[in-house]
Amino acid sequence: MKVDASNPLWRFRGITSTAMFFFAYLYLPIVVLIALSFNENRLATIWTGFTMDWYVTALSNDDMLRAAQNSIVIAVSATVLATIAATLAAMGMSRGRFKGESGVSAMLVLPLLVPEIVTAIATLLFFVALGIKLGLLTVIIAHTVFCIPFAYLPIRARLEGMDPALVEAANDLYANEWKAFRRVTLPLLWPGILSGAMLSFIISLDDFVISYFVGGAGATTLPIYIFGMIRIGITPEVNAVSAMMLIVSILFVSISFLIDRIRY
Amino acid sequence: MGNIIRSKRFWLVAPAVVYIGFFMAVPLLQMAYVSMLERGDYGGVNWGVFSMDAYISFIFERDLMDNLVVNTDYLQIFARSFGLSAMTTVFALLLGFPTAFYISTQPQSRRNFLIFLVTIPFWTNILVRNYAWMLLLRNGGLIDGALNWMGIETGGLDVLYTPYAVSIGLTYTYLPFMVLPIYASLEKLDHRLVEAAFDLGADKRRAMTRVILPLAAPGIAAGCILVFIPCLGAYVTPELLGGGKFMMIANLIGSQFGAARNWPLGAGLGFVLLALVLISMMVYSFKFKSLPEESR
Repeated sequence: MKVDASNPLWRFRGITSTAMFFFAYLYLPIVVLIALSFNENRLATIWTGFTMDWYVTALSNDDMLRAAQNSIVIAVSATVLATIAATLAAMGMSRGRFKGESGVSAMLVLPLLVPEIVTAIATLLFFVALGIKLGLLTVIIAHTVFCIPFAYLPIRARLEGMDPALVEAANDLYANEWKAFRRVTLPLLWPGILSGAMLSFIISLDDFVISYFVGGAGATTLPIYIFGMIRIGITPEVNAVSAMMLIVSILFVSISFLIDRIRY
Repeated sequence: MGNIIRSKRFWLVAPAVVYIGFFMAVPLLQMAYVSMLERGDYGGVNWGVFSMDAYISFIFERDLMDNLVVNTDYLQIFARSFGLSAMTTVFALLLGFPTAFYISTQPQSRRNFLIFLVTIPFWTNILVRNYAWMLLLRNGGLIDGALNWMGIETGGLDVLYTPYAVSIGLTYTYLPFMVLPIYASLEKLDHRLVEAAFDLGADKRRAMTRVILPLAAPGIAAGCILVFIPCLGAYVTPELLGGGKFMMIANLIGSQFGAARNWPLGAGLGFVLLALVLISMMVYSFKFKSLPEESR
């Protein structure tokens, strides 16, 4: 819809004020949380002065660092596995239609449709039935499943926008299939792959429900650790850790979107 | 030649499809199977021993004389989940439609930025977002403090750990899903149709209700589905903002794998939730063919 916003006919009563309220509602909690993480006061909600102390306390907490390390190991492994599978799948899906295509697409986005709690308990029961011990490995396997669609969608979108004549030209110029992929497709595709990988990474890093059920005692991730802290009470350390998680997510997503806008 | 290409494509798609099939589709089928097994005496299940207890205990319980009596506890949790999800969908629509409309009337460059702002919270940690609302809503918290400062004596806000808090948190969590599809359908709307309505003497209310809203209906329906369904399966928000006192379906399912130790019941409830989700998706796609394309 292209409209002249200055035309009063397009001004409907309450639209602008509701939109303003919407953005305030969306960002107020985020801003408040980040601001309070720098608050000197132990009571956490009364502002008495600026301090970085809570970040120092949080970053010198060994349990929390171990949880963060687990989270990163899981997120990196799941991202690598999911991105490879998703890139191959996107390339397979891009060359015209085939029989059973809609079934395959449905399978690729299935993890987005099933409620998280259902995925969590079904996966838990599956590992128990197979007799696999719950731990980092089971969490990585489970995370890879829901990372695949998040990596697949941006890569697929990127491939859709690519001119097939480029690969055909490479083939005409005697490049074999591998060479055409490495020298033509991959350089054009990498922004999609990188953006998909970053989204997978952040989705895995932020996941709580699935890790909580599939992780067992040995695989405490950062969100599980934060959940435990919140259960005990609201403290300035929780504010600091939470603010760090928020900032990491926002940074990653912003970079991913910027990469995705790189032109062909 | 055709066969080679086809088989090559098969091998490209296979890893992802086999992976999701083995680690998601198979576990879901197995979950349906577990729901029909007998519960183990000390948690777990008795593999291979069939029983419909999970589905019976959803509505009935055994009293001391071993008679079945109706127990509405679980039904109440389902009703509460539906009620809260419906309320959340209405709130999200009331806030989301005007916002999507506002964004669609902005110049192109600003639109992209605003849509980006709408999506950012979705990518941040759900625990952290709900925790932020605990800071705002608790007694002596920010909203309470602000009201007192303005001279409104609240005597403690008493909102945290109530269904209201859960509803605020759910709306906050799923709001972006309402805005994006509505925006996608408004963006495609031909503005000349609206101008024609004005030319033909329609006032703003009529142009909105007779032209804009009907044309945006597929987006509105998609938004409602995308908010309602994840709401029904929400776990974190009722856990944190409801303080564990106001269970929704997902918390009930989760508790069967914790303290309650009734895996078949948990699996059965999970299966029911999954069926509800898939049925609503099918009803939607039957009515509107396909989701409006996601826009960036």
